[in-house]
Amino acid sequence: MSKSTDTYKEPTLIQGNPTFESITNDVSGIVEAKTPKLWWVAFGAASSGAILLVSLIGYLIWEGTGIWGLNNPVGWGWAIVNFVFWVGIGHAGTLISAILFLLRQKWRTSINRFAEAMTIFAVICALIFPAIHVGRAWVIYWTFPLPNQMGMWPNFRSPLLWDTFAVGTYFTCSLLFWYVGLIPDLATLRDRAKNKLKKLLYGIFAVGWRGGNRQWKHYELAYLVLAGISTPLVLSVHSIVSTDFATSVLPGWHTTIFPPYFVAGAIFSGFAMVMTLSLIARKLFKLEHVITMFHLEKMNKIMLLTGMMVGYAYSMEFFIAWYSGNDYETFAFINRAFGPYAWAYWIMISCNVLVPQIFWFKKLRTSILVMFVASILINVGMWFERFVIVMTLHRDFLPSSWDYYSPTIYDIGIFVGSFGLFFTLFLLFLKHLPMVAMAEVKGILPQAQPHHHHESTEAAS
Amino acid sequence: MSEPKAVILAQFGGPEELIQAAKKTREAGYKKFDCHSPYPIHGMDQAMGLKRSPLGYIIGIMGGIGLVSALGLQYWTSAVEYPLIISGKPFFSYQAFIPVTFAITVLFAAFGAFFGMLHLNRLPKLFDIRFNSETFGKVSDGGFFVSVESTDSKFDQSETTAFLQSIGASEVEFVEDKA
Repeated sequence: MSKSTDTYKEPTLIQGNPTFESITNDVSGIVEAKTPKLWWVAFGAASSGAILLVSLIGYLIWEGTGIWGLNNPVGWGWAIVNFVFWVGIGHAGTLISAILFLLRQKWRTSINRFAEAMTIFAVICALIFPAIHVGRAWVIYWTFPLPNQMGMWPNFRSPLLWDTFAVGTYFTCSLLFWYVGLIPDLATLRDRAKNKLKKLLYGIFAVGWRGGNRQWKHYELAYLVLAGISTPLVLSVHSIVSTDFATSVLPGWHTTIFPPYFVAGAIFSGFAMVMTLSLIARKLFKLEHVITMFHLEKMNKIMLLTGMMVGYAYSMEFFIAWYSGNDYETFAFINRAFGPYAWAYWIMISCNVLVPQIFWFKKLRTSILVMFVASILINVGMWFERFVIVMTLHRDFLPSSWDYYSPTIYDIGIFVGSFGLFFTLFLLFLKHLPMVAMAEVKGILPQAQPHHHHESTEAAS
Repeated sequence: MSEPKAVILAQFGGPEELIQAAKKTREAGYKKFDCHSPYPIHGMDQAMGLKRSPLGYIIGIMGGIGLVSALGLQYWTSAVEYPLIISGKPFFSYQAFIPVTFAITVLFAAFGAFFGMLHLNRLPKLFDIRFNSETFGKVSDGGFFVSVESTDSKFDQSETTAFLQSIGASEVEFVEDKA
């Protein structure tokens, strides 16, 4: 049986024949080296954005949601668009860390750590928006089933409440999964730390890890199960987010295609974000041999696939609008494509359906510049997808109440600020934690698992 | 579990050597020993003669507790404590309760996996006698070690050292509690 497997040669996942020690040096070296100037420039810009976010939220709480561009038919504006956008981005991280782990896709080890970090930071950004959108942000705890003096309990039949639980669970599980993966690598940093304070801090977070097989045994099972229970979350969280729309009785929203369509879109946008970040990170920190063209090409293929799934959903929505014979449904879609927001609709179609088609060509699929630009365009397109969906509200059943929604400077500022927060957290992560899962990468090196060695010696003797 | 007063650390060349060493150490009758590596090595559980981790049961039980308590909470708040008719649905509209039930089940199972793993590994335990060694830090880099604890009934400083050298350790170190 072992003979038949000889014919298939596994692709080299990490280039340049590294040793265990060189992986440690390459990855920990980034954390230990002097902070590059460019990092400070980026951090300055990002943290200014985060400060902008915090101050605008302060003003919002002081003044109320009237500072936003919301109007009567459009009661949900950028806040919900941004919420869905950020939650969606997180999904690729979970897909990479959980589903690809269960499918034994070993190439994921080069990118899973920062894809997971991206998930956590994106979900943090996402959680801000519904919390501030409730208007009275100081009573947001009413969404939790806490005993209170009014004797009231949350309404568990509401999809908005499902969101609280779905996204809250998603955040917690992603954080635990990420942290469990970090423990052996934090131990590496602890063992290498020269400075007392660093040794203490990394030591505390490494919880005394000593790499014994009696520990690995429980650790591996915990990791496997966390991957297993995160897997349904990839599908469930965005499905539940889509029910915010789908359970309302509004033309354009009340459709059963929403959950799978949202999930595909989430993975699509998430991979685009992973791509943007990994291209920057591998360039900045010279990790081209760890995150190779092989990884990038695979991600592009996933984007091509999910992009077409999203394109299919767009066309199916139109087909059903016509096929249902429902005038309101038909109007909602014709209005999307040719109404006042046609510009947004066509941005969405071009970025999400047309742009990924370039990945059919190997030359374009393996060009760093092309994929970088494409990944940004896809993110723009996916933001517009949510915008287009929410803007269905602007022409409701009564033409006398139709209105056009425009964001105010506060809408824009809070959205820009959320990017500031995201990149602030991401830069801190790049600087202080190992951005590649060292223990996992070591485990997939050709010399790592004894059977390779074993079989070759047996054959020789 | 009593803390060992001393540990003998033996360094080996690579994963293959470590697996062989684990087998021989087990066959020699040692019980309180561990094999340390930078990443988990396939087949080490069999070589050391370890049983499957019981963590799965902890996770399953935690998930079950999550499931029951989420359904119970929703039933009690919606049908008993604060019954309200919402969009004509029954008080206990279990179909609408599934998303939250699912989320809480997953959440509890994840806590079970995380805290269960820490508990079974007796972590956090910031100090371990092995950290007194100068070379043991290599285990999180590219080092492979076998450690035998002094609490083992077969433990004897000179004999165990000789044994570990005989099975191919490149370096053997006796690590004592400094306190």
